[in-house]
Amino acid sequence: MQEKHRGLALFTILVFIFLLGPLVIISITSFESGSILKFPPEEYSFRWYENIFKVEMFLITFKTSIIVSIAGNILALLLGVPAAYALSRFHFAGKGIINAIFVSPILIPGIVLGFSFLRYIVVTYNLPIYLSLFIGHTVIMLPFIIRVISSSLANFDFSIEEAALSLGATRIGTFFSVVLPNIKSGIIAAVMIAFLESFNNVDISVYMTGPGVSTFPIQMLLYVENYFDPTVAAISVLLMFLTAIFMFAVERLMGLSYFTKR
Amino acid sequence: MVTLRKGSDVLKKRYLYLLLLPGVLFLTIFLVIPILSMIGTTFHDEGTFSLQGYIDFFKDKYFIDILLTTLRVSLLTTFICILIGFPVSYYIAKLPSKRKAILLLFTIFPLLTSPVVRSFSWMIIIGKNGVLNKTLLSLGLIQEPLNILYTPNAIIIGLIHLFLPLIIVTLVGVMENIDGDLLRASESLGASKIATFMKIIVPLCVPGLVIGSILVFVGSFTAYTTPALLGGKQRVISTFLYQNAITLNDWKLASIVATIMIVITFIIISIMNGVAKKLNPKG
Repeated sequence: MQEKHRGLALFTILVFIFLLGPLVIISITSFESGSILKFPPEEYSFRWYENIFKVEMFLITFKTSIIVSIAGNILALLLGVPAAYALSRFHFAGKGIINAIFVSPILIPGIVLGFSFLRYIVVTYNLPIYLSLFIGHTVIMLPFIIRVISSSLANFDFSIEEAALSLGATRIGTFFSVVLPNIKSGIIAAVMIAFLESFNNVDISVYMTGPGVSTFPIQMLLYVENYFDPTVAAISVLLMFLTAIFMFAVERLMGLSYFTKR
Repeated sequence: MVTLRKGSDVLKKRYLYLLLLPGVLFLTIFLVIPILSMIGTTFHDEGTFSLQGYIDFFKDKYFIDILLTTLRVSLLTTFICILIGFPVSYYIAKLPSKRKAILLLFTIFPLLTSPVVRSFSWMIIIGKNGVLNKTLLSLGLIQEPLNILYTPNAIIIGLIHLFLPLIIVTLVGVMENIDGDLLRASESLGASKIATFMKIIVPLCVPGLVIGSILVFVGSFTAYTTPALLGGKQRVISTFLYQNAITLNDWKLASIVATIMIVITFIIISIMNGVAKKLNPKG
């Protein structure tokens, strides 16, 4: 038994080397001072970190991505919080269909979603790229917002709400003073998960580019296609920092069980 | 009393509309209608109903090749992810809570990291002058550098890296919920460790395995970033769709490819759900 577990432990270690090794390697190569990606680097420098700020398109697309993710997040919250509340609070006919509509952005492949959106919305109504990105990203954030907030509402005791209502509080007043404070951490977690989902998105954004306009991940893809210097490795390190901060924040707010539940 | 309840029912309905309508309307306009219109056009040819687009697609060897490569890549990815993920999840689920939490965080971190970053990291490793080739050459294990990058194998490696964490977190979640008493009962009744594992743990994990396989298979089948970066000229269905939509501007063919992707996705999901229902020990 002990033997078997030792074998399993070794296997697990190897798997984690496979999962994390590439991220470690990319981090180390980001400090290469030469202009070709090498591992291990011959000389170490911060040169390519500085280069990020010299490539104007990185700065522009970073700003675009941040604005699109935040604006889309706000709209997704405005649409998603009431929906999550209604789906958790009430039983009604047609709930299955409504649920299906709300998860459809996850079920439909992103690369398909992006194409149909481009063809029937962006081109048909001649939408500007920024507006298209804003709407497209709201679509993909909505299911994450609804899912995280619904799981937060599942732990909320609605009898507290009933009590407030029976004491004469209005429905809207009760929602803001009783329900909302109780699911606050769920909402913050939802915002962070949705933000990462939007910020890292490629499948939708890849269809919505124009002269001088695209999102940060698309700009990274474009750069990798043309240059093989360590700039993208340096960006990767910065993005991993951001990811780690978000991960620990969500873990504090929702616990690890959020990630293991399906 | 009766009138009051009726009144509150009407009120409830009005609230429901107010709460749900904005979201439903938004997704209907920007997702449901575009998707349905797109599917609709694939069955039309100059105004009349026609399946010609699909017939042409399935007659063309090049398209079939792309479809089969994509299916093969996704199937292998799913298979390997389960093969590796199952024992690892079993090990993690049995760890004391603190060490389990650390390993779970190590699993979740790559899951949240940008797919561009993760695929790019493999370009450094499996490239012609990459880490892997340099190591193997210096160890004398190979004489010529291995040609992995820009082949289907590169896509499979990238996809396993992308989806292995997903299957681990899913399976750990399921295995944590297996009642320890059940295992002790099985062993105290004389079942061997292996029998307990095969007859109790594996069947109880079936729902998790099914959800995990759906996520990995559908995810691999439709992934864009990884094959775009690691596949080179090797097309899979998602990069083929993008190529037709943007580079070649063949929207008719792109719509057909997109519809085939949706149909296959839904077929996979319903087959796997059917399997899950049959195998579910709870009936």
